[in-house]
Amino acid sequence: MLLIPCPWCGPRDETEFRCGGQSHIQRPEPYGAVGDQAWSDYLFTRANPKGAGRERWVHAFGCRQWFNLVRDTRTHEIAAVYPMGAPPAEIAAETGR
Amino acid sequence: MSGSRLAEGGSAIDRSRPLRFTFDGRAHTGFAGDTLASALLAAGVSVVGRSFKYHRPRGLLAAGVEEPNALVRLEDGPRTDVNLRATEIELYDGLAAAPVNCWPSARFDVGAINAAISRFIPAGFYYKTFMWPDWRWFEPPIRRAAGLGRISTSPDPDRYDERHAHCDLLVVGGGPAGLAAALAASRRGERVVLAEQDPALGGAALWRAATIDGLEGAAWVARAQAELDAAPETTALVRATAIGCFDHNSVAVLERLVDRRDRDARRPRLRLWRVRARRIVLATGAIERPLVFPGNDRPGVMLASAVQQNLERWAALAGEAAVIFTDNDSAYAAAHALVGAGAQVVALLDRRPAPPKPLVEAAEARGVRVLPGTEVTATHGAPALSAVTARTRDGATFKLQADLLAMSGGWNPAVHLFSQTGGALAWDAAQALFKPSAMVRGYDVVGAADARFDLGGALEQGWRAGGGHGAPPAASGEARPWTFSAIGRVAAPGKAFLDFQNDVTVDDLALARRESFVSVEHLKRYTTLGMAPDQGKTSNVNALALMAELTGRGVAQTGTTRFRPPYTPAAFGAFGGRMRGELFRPRRRLPAHDRHIEAGAVFEEYGGWLRPACYAHAGATPSEAVREEALAVRRGVGLFDASPLGKIEVAGPDAAEFLDRVYANAMSTLKVGRARYGLMLNELGVVIDDGVTARLAEDRFLVGATGAGAARIAAWLEEWLQCEWPHLDVLVAPVTTSLAVLTLSGPKARAVLEAAGVDIPVDAAAFPHMAFRDGRVAGTPARIFRVSFTGEVSYEINVAADRAGELWDRLLAAGRPHGVRPVGIDAWMLLRTEKGYLHVGADTDGGTAPGDVGWGHVLKRTHDFIGRRSLTRPANLREDRLQFVGLEVVGSSAPLTIGGHLKGAGGDEPSDGYVTSSGFSPVLGRGVALGMVRGGRDRLGEELMVASGPERGARVRVTAPGAYDPTGERLNG
Repeated sequence: MLLIPCPWCGPRDETEFRCGGQSHIQRPEPYGAVGDQAWSDYLFTRANPKGAGRERWVHAFGCRQWFNLVRDTRTHEIAAVYPMGAPPAEIAAETGR
Repeated sequence: MSGSRLAEGGSAIDRSRPLRFTFDGRAHTGFAGDTLASALLAAGVSVVGRSFKYHRPRGLLAAGVEEPNALVRLEDGPRTDVNLRATEIELYDGLAAAPVNCWPSARFDVGAINAAISRFIPAGFYYKTFMWPDWRWFEPPIRRAAGLGRISTSPDPDRYDERHAHCDLLVVGGGPAGLAAALAASRRGERVVLAEQDPALGGAALWRAATIDGLEGAAWVARAQAELDAAPETTALVRATAIGCFDHNSVAVLERLVDRRDRDARRPRLRLWRVRARRIVLATGAIERPLVFPGNDRPGVMLASAVQQNLERWAALAGEAAVIFTDNDSAYAAAHALVGAGAQVVALLDRRPAPPKPLVEAAEARGVRVLPGTEVTATHGAPALSAVTARTRDGATFKLQADLLAMSGGWNPAVHLFSQTGGALAWDAAQALFKPSAMVRGYDVVGAADARFDLGGALEQGWRAGGGHGAPPAASGEARPWTFSAIGRVAAPGKAFLDFQNDVTVDDLALARRESFVSVEHLKRYTTLGMAPDQGKTSNVNALALMAELTGRGVAQTGTTRFRPPYTPAAFGAFGGRMRGELFRPRRRLPAHDRHIEAGAVFEEYGGWLRPACYAHAGATPSEAVREEALAVRRGVGLFDASPLGKIEVAGPDAAEFLDRVYANAMSTLKVGRARYGLMLNELGVVIDDGVTARLAEDRFLVGATGAGAARIAAWLEEWLQCEWPHLDVLVAPVTTSLAVLTLSGPKARAVLEAAGVDIPVDAAAFPHMAFRDGRVAGTPARIFRVSFTGEVSYEINVAADRAGELWDRLLAAGRPHGVRPVGIDAWMLLRTEKGYLHVGADTDGGTAPGDVGWGHVLKRTHDFIGRRSLTRPANLREDRLQFVGLEVVGSSAPLTIGGHLKGAGGDEPSDGYVTSSGFSPVLGRGVALGMVRGGRDRLGEELMVASGPERGARVRVTAPGAYDPTGERLNG
């Protein structure tokens, strides 16, 4: 069970959170100018990194605030936590463990 | 094998407290402090079970959790527990246990026929044999024959507990290394949790000669325990097994609280600790390896350490004439212990041609004949050991009479938990074992678990891992470090077992090799090696070494399987803890719950709420009650508790803009004081919720969601606000449970409302449909909505939740002259089905778009909204999509079954749609139904056939939704 550092409440058990998947996905607009492929990519195409990835989580059973975090999919190591709206966090170069 | 109890000794037992118990139907006695295994050994019981596949008689092999043979069923009745290892069961008075996997008894077992045909049932036998015509034909009888023990089918009467703990340091294992770590951290003032699976702290110090800090081992352990118990922030748990290591330093520890001795106590039986620690020290020790030779599974063949441990802790002597067979130094201690106990050590066979001289000399000084370069090639005796055949290096064989064969094939560090953390293992060729290599952050592995078999080294390692300063606890008078040799099997004919629990032999491995199941994970599944409760504790490394030998790859390259939790089997009840039955998922009760009970409500759960399905009364079945309630609404008036309806306040300067984006229809054009029905979609363009939204003020809305969607929709709005449109100045506040909603519905609803007392005009002109007003009802501040789920004039009266009961009473009293009836949710749903009103989640599914339910007009909006772009995907524009329609049975008044498929005359599709809502309409005197039909709106009047379910073959006519009052005249009255 992950220990997730909520930026507002501090470290809490994973069971208090919900993962909203990949973060920093740009919603294509205006709708009239979005082609089928671009819309499909927005809906369905996701990065599947082996290593660090940026995700958005919500402290659903806590402060109910959304935030971003960088999690390594191999080790679950959480490298960074930062607010919604902040620019994407730098991801360290791939390092073996 | 003829075990016995020594006249004196045994550090764990209390001879003043004899205990009676039965095993396999026979009565025995033991002492307090015994395990079931030590008591059986001392009582001279040699056969404790039958093997899984061949039903061979088996005796005790080990003294701890790794015991593969002595699997027992404890007690009968609802508290029956199966697959418990006799080595882990603490004896109590009246204990009744029986071996599993044998019938009628372990001594005489009918299933032993399998041993006679064993050459016809090798590894993979089932996979190869029961293929034709279909495995499913054979599965039931095979499943019946397989398995270890039978569980109780009645509810578990025991209680279970759970606890969350946070600490600076968690130490797993209370042997010398673990104690050193715990002492070091505890002295630094850290919060420490120590978990030891045994009933006593001390680990190997309980049975192996040790001097620590000048004290005899047991005395040092007692002093350490006293210190830990006195430390305010330190918790030392015994009978507590760390069963799994999980992410971010979380560890599950299962603590056994009461054994069966305390059967009627209301105390919980097990407690699951969920420990989160800053640092974790794994001091899990090591497990001795069997040697691989023909007949190594005969009762009387035991691990040398188990023989020694039984002597020292329980004064249980496993046999009178012992042969010791080893390939390393550790078993020499067992020889000394046996001699010390007065047993005869017939010979010590050491596979190594030149064992360390000091060891040999010390053994010989006590009269033990050491035979280097000699190995056991066969064992004899039925059912238990009576002799062994040995072979010298030059091939000469000879027989030794013995009722005990104590063996040691080296040691495996107990790396299970370490492996679960993701830690990598490395093959140590010098000691012939796998040990931790790459460490995982936050973890340390110390002592024998890290292949440190010298006491001094283990103590120092533990001390340092605990953060200790200064000198660690010091071991003195220790013998020289152990030496080991490479793993090797004895090459001789006969069944040589690798995995005792799953009956996997050397021949099975050779077969797997021939059939190319050489990867460790394939090998495991093909041969069943290392499966089931045992998880390969004694077998894995021997098997890997053999596979390495067979393939010529080397052990390091062969690798190991990943160890999975739990380390030892855990009762399911422990994971449920206290969250069972009613507490598994607590149900929410309506604010006026007690009033519904008084009114005779039959409760059911809807979306987590306990709601009245209908109100029972004498002389009516539930379905009759539903019809009466529905008719009351159509002809008079009904009172319905709609409190679970989702209510979310959305406020702020940008509230209207926000709602324009989250609703498929516009909300910014709504006037203050008015309400509007709306649909919400997700980005796929799928309808996810509906409800009526009211504009309370220019910058304030009350969003209505379905009862089941209340929490989900509030979270949905928050997500869009926080993640996508943070620049919108809007606040979202769920207020569902602060308000109760009582709805009067029916032609006489207005009369009842007026009779109850209302301080605002409620006539149709002053208060039209789809408006709301603030006022007082029966003296209570209320917000009244004129919306309708039934098609009749309705007043939804919102009041503070704590006024619900009072208002209920007042409305019922005022309505009595008008014949008001409480109406349950079943009648409420029937009324909306009659009217053809959509019920999101019942009539819609994960593919329903607004156009499918008659809301194609939202595409005319120029404003963007969630899901907007998806609605113009080609798939969304097709005309043969499933569309929401009414259904009328031709030539019958009986209602349809929900879910029945419908099929038209033409077309290639197997189904043209299905029934989504249905019921018997008392006002129409016939069944009414709604459904989703392919291209349904263009098929009005067409007859379809019911293609599945009880009405299969019946004909239904497609209609517009809404069988009753299709023009909606009654609504506005």
